[in-house]
Amino acid sequence: MLPTPDLSHLSTDDFEVVYEPAEDTFLFLDALEADAETLKDLKPSICLEIGSGSGCLSAFLGNILGPSVLYLCTDINPHACKCTEMTGTQNKVFLEAINVSLAFPLHDRLKHNVDIILFNPPYVPTLSNEAVGAQSLGTIGGAWAGGMDGMEVTNTFLQYVEQLLSARGRFYLVALKQNNIPIIRQSMLNSHGLRSEIVLQRRAGIEHLFIIRFHREKQD
Amino acid sequence: MVRLITHNLLACHVKDCNTNNFPLEFKDAQIELRETEFNPEFVRGIIPKLEWKALVDTARELGDTTLPLELPEMLDDDFLKNLHHVLLEIHVEDGVMICANCKHVYPISNGIPNMLLAEHEIG
Ligand SMILES: C[S@@+](CC[C@H](N)C(=O)[O-])C[C@H]1O[C@@H](n2cnc3c(N)ncnc32)[C@H](O)[C@@H]1O
Ligand SMILES: [Zn+2]
Repeated sequence: MLPTPDLSHLSTDDFEVVYEPAEDTFLFLDALEADAETLKDLKPSICLEIGSGSGCLSAFLGNILGPSVLYLCTDINPHACKCTEMTGTQNKVFLEAINVSLAFPLHDRLKHNVDIILFNPPYVPTLSNEAVGAQSLGTIGGAWAGGMDGMEVTNTFLQYVEQLLSARGRFYLVALKQNNIPIIRQSMLNSHGLRSEIVLQRRAGIEHLFIIRFHREKQD
Repeated sequence: MVRLITHNLLACHVKDCNTNNFPLEFKDAQIELRETEFNPEFVRGIIPKLEWKALVDTARELGDTTLPLELPEMLDDDFLKNLHHVLLEIHVEDGVMICANCKHVYPISNGIPNMLLAEHEIG
């Protein structure tokens, strides 16, 4: 068992404004741990997390993969960016935080260059307005408000995943049952040629959470 | 903070700004040098991902002239150490990054590069 990253430097005040690791985060950690050996075998040089929040996931990945990797983290919430950086320091992993939506300023330079992408998105179905509002404010509401089917933010990013992934790259995504996982997987295959598997799933209260892994090649 | 390795990956993403939008130019850069452990494996591995000229030009603007204009064929330890320093130890803590093409200003606030755009600037 790999240890959960040390977040003792973050206070309840931080978690008033930044998403506190919850069941979705922990399921993601379990998925990364289950894949730890294959992730190491990829010999990644660049990892990218979208919506890093507290920085918990990237710090954990950093502990698996070590210091020979560049860890880039984006978030629309500036407080989250700050927490991500601090969590890196606390866990001896350098996490590079960028305050931006998705990964737009990196698209040109990271074309087919990212080995591992992580995204635990705002996946809760809400009114579309609510998601749009939360996205432009960059406050904690943006951590869950996902708009129609909970897919408005995720769907925007899904269009760019293939362009970012390196030849052997992998993309891990959290989704809820209500996000309609069969449709997500089918459209990633049809539109972008990315295959996928469900790595883990778990019921947590009213949420039925899944971690999906996408990649180009056939997996044996 | 913004390390030069990250700066080397950031382009302006304002709607319709597609040429001459990289690298962003630092202005009023406040620099801190922070020693980090030399990891030749990392530095070697990242070389193919770099835009060399942009890196050298930016380092020179910030006062570091240790990198050669052309990427050398022989990657000896001295060279890798200089590159390590430029990529990972020069931290821009404050200032702005400006797009040479559309002049959009991206501030570095609280040590975090703010690359957010307003609704009308998004492509
Ligand atoms: C469910 S939380 C996950 C946080 C953290 N990765 C974790 O697993 O605990 C979603 C995060 O995505 C961020 N976010 C929402 N929309 C985003 C966008 N368009 N671009 C980047 N980050 C976004 C939120 O601010 C929040 O930190
Ligand atoms: Zn521009």
